Amino acid sequence: MDLVLVQIFNGIQYGFLIFLAASGLTLVFGILGVINLAHGSFYMLGAYLALSLTEATGDVFLACLLGIPLAAVFGWAIERLFIRRLYGRDHLQQVLLTFALILIFNEVQRMLWGNYPHSVPAPTWLSGSIRLTDTLAYPIYRLALTVICAALAAAMFFVIRKTGVGRLIRAGESNREMTELLGFDANRLYGLVFAAGVALAALAGMLAAPVESVYPGIGERILIISFVVVVIGGIGSLEGAFLGALAIGVADALGKVFLPDFAGVLVYALMATVLVVRPAGLFGRTIR
Amino acid sequence: MSSSRREFLMSSGALGLAGLLGGVAPFGRAAHAAGAIKVGLLLPASGTYAPLGEAIRRGAELYVKSKGGALAGRAIEFTALDDESAPPKAAELTNKLIFGEKVDVLMGTVHSGVAAAMVKIAREAGVTTLVPNAGADAITGGLCAPNVFRTSFANGQVGEATAKAMLAGGVKEAITCTWRYAAGEEMVAGFKRVFEAGGGKVVKDIALPFPDVEFQSALAEIAAAKPQAVYSFFAGGGAAKFIKDFAGAGLKDKVQLWGPGFLTDGVEQAVGAAGDGVKTVLHYADGLTNPEDAAFRKAFQAAYGVAPDVYAVQGWDAMHVLDVGLTAVGGDVAKKDALHAAMAGASFASPRGPFAFSANRNPKQTFYLRELKGGKNVLLGVAAEGLADVGKGCKA
Repeated sequence: MDLVLVQIFNGIQYGFLIFLAASGLTLVFGILGVINLAHGSFYMLGAYLALSLTEATGDVFLACLLGIPLAAVFGWAIERLFIRRLYGRDHLQQVLLTFALILIFNEVQRMLWGNYPHSVPAPTWLSGSIRLTDTLAYPIYRLALTVICAALAAAMFFVIRKTGVGRLIRAGESNREMTELLGFDANRLYGLVFAAGVALAALAGMLAAPVESVYPGIGERILIISFVVVVIGGIGSLEGAFLGALAIGVADALGKVFLPDFAGVLVYALMATVLVVRPAGLFGRTIR
Repeated sequence: MSSSRREFLMSSGALGLAGLLGGVAPFGRAAHAAGAIKVGLLLPASGTYAPLGEAIRRGAELYVKSKGGALAGRAIEFTALDDESAPPKAAELTNKLIFGEKVDVLMGTVHSGVAAAMVKIAREAGVTTLVPNAGADAITGGLCAPNVFRTSFANGQVGEATAKAMLAGGVKEAITCTWRYAAGEEMVAGFKRVFEAGGGKVVKDIALPFPDVEFQSALAEIAAAKPQAVYSFFAGGGAAKFIKDFAGAGLKDKVQLWGPGFLTDGVEQAVGAAGDGVKTVLHYADGLTNPEDAAFRKAFQAAYGVAPDVYAVQGWDAMHVLDVGLTAVGGDVAKKDALHAAMAGASFASPRGPFAFSANRNPKQTFYLRELKGGKNVLLGVAAEGLADVGKGCKA
């Protein structure tokens, strides 16, 4: 029984982290209509930013504060240079361009940081562990991470539901042309949303850096799982991504212990089941 | 919203497909000097295994350089292809080297899946083949051939050596924990074979999907079972994370952590203090005292500005084996039977210690016990001496 509770907790904690990573992907696809395969690269960017900035500042949270604007500016520039050209184009072209970005980012990462795994220390005041059972302890940073992710999720929902920007984003998501007709500068909105998406992915990478090791290709795993979350939740739906991420986290954690032979396919089986029952995802609108 | 869900799903599928595409990137010179022996290198130059490929290539080139650029009087010319550690591309690239570039000697690679595909072609083609890393048991087991030589290790062999060291260290019960893929399964199988035969008890086998690095579930299971030790194989970023998470879960001081040397090699700095006390077994270690190692390390450091690792040694020894063979046939690569017989009989002092092949052309070698301390794999002693792999199914 203890094991089940610990695993459910592990799953929720993992789910929060993938929600943070997937939220940017679902926003960008929902509003910009662009399939961004390079999303995992922005997670990787965050992890490596955390590595360098933590070395410089001595604290991963300070690194996050510095890294968020850096990532947002970077995302804004990428949107200006590349993504802007993809609006309304065929998805295959979007896939090709953003896949090219993955290759370029990977190569740049290798030139700047090299091939070996690195480690980012948790802040000293969070570096201990709390004992759960007499043999199992839980790192305090992981607990803090769960609290931070929950707070960020709440803040995100607040912004989307209760603020003017959020209204605009929701409007852009549900009807792009109408929003433009009403006089809103779609270009600026899109730039903002893409920058926010990049910042969210990078923030996930930065916060996860102390519990991950930072290595080349760290973003690829996150990319796949983020796509699964977006498909389960319904494209463009933040609520869906939230539930999808938690479901995947818990399924993954329980599956590893109780169905070890199927742990690798469990999250995909979950996705397939959701697609059969609700083809548009949990919160997705019907296909037009 | 104008974009449909179906397109989105199709594009997601294209992501997987795109991974299979991408160009072949030659990174060597191709000019064929008259009289030179062509050595084709099929090694990873990109991806996670790129540093391993580079170390192997450097070790091989350094050996040839130390002999004045020629073996048995024949100049050696390397032609390299990036295998990207992608098994689907292995056959095409191997064919390109053997039949396109017409190499005299084929050397590769790191990834076992790529190496297995390569060996399947090479053993039919009869080309002299050196495997400087990939540990798949089958390469010197069911797939073995008189023209295929491995200068590294077999996965099961490393597992067996680790089991011997654990038994000698008083470990009686253990949980195994690895990725569910060939290398992990073979290293666990070799471990269990010797550990259980020696009276040890394997309480549980934990196998995680490759290359999953979310270890909390496994750690909770380990904590619940409270074994005396964990035998674990991960590599690269996954290994660094496992060691750190193991310490973070408070298991470090309660459960011994053991594994093949690949668990700690290359991640010493990344794991920091969390790695102190992890014991591993490998056919190479820092701090060996044989003169060949001292000379090798000095030359490698001088040539490349970094310390060599086990992969560099495997590349160096591959060329040494070739050297022995070529010397026996006076540099005439066309005398394949004599060349291969001489290579199979090669016996020399390697940086890792005495080097010789067992009958299936896999090294019969000494394995060292090391402990990670302050970012260094400190040599504790010998784990197994003159250990050969099982070579199951090798009939050639």
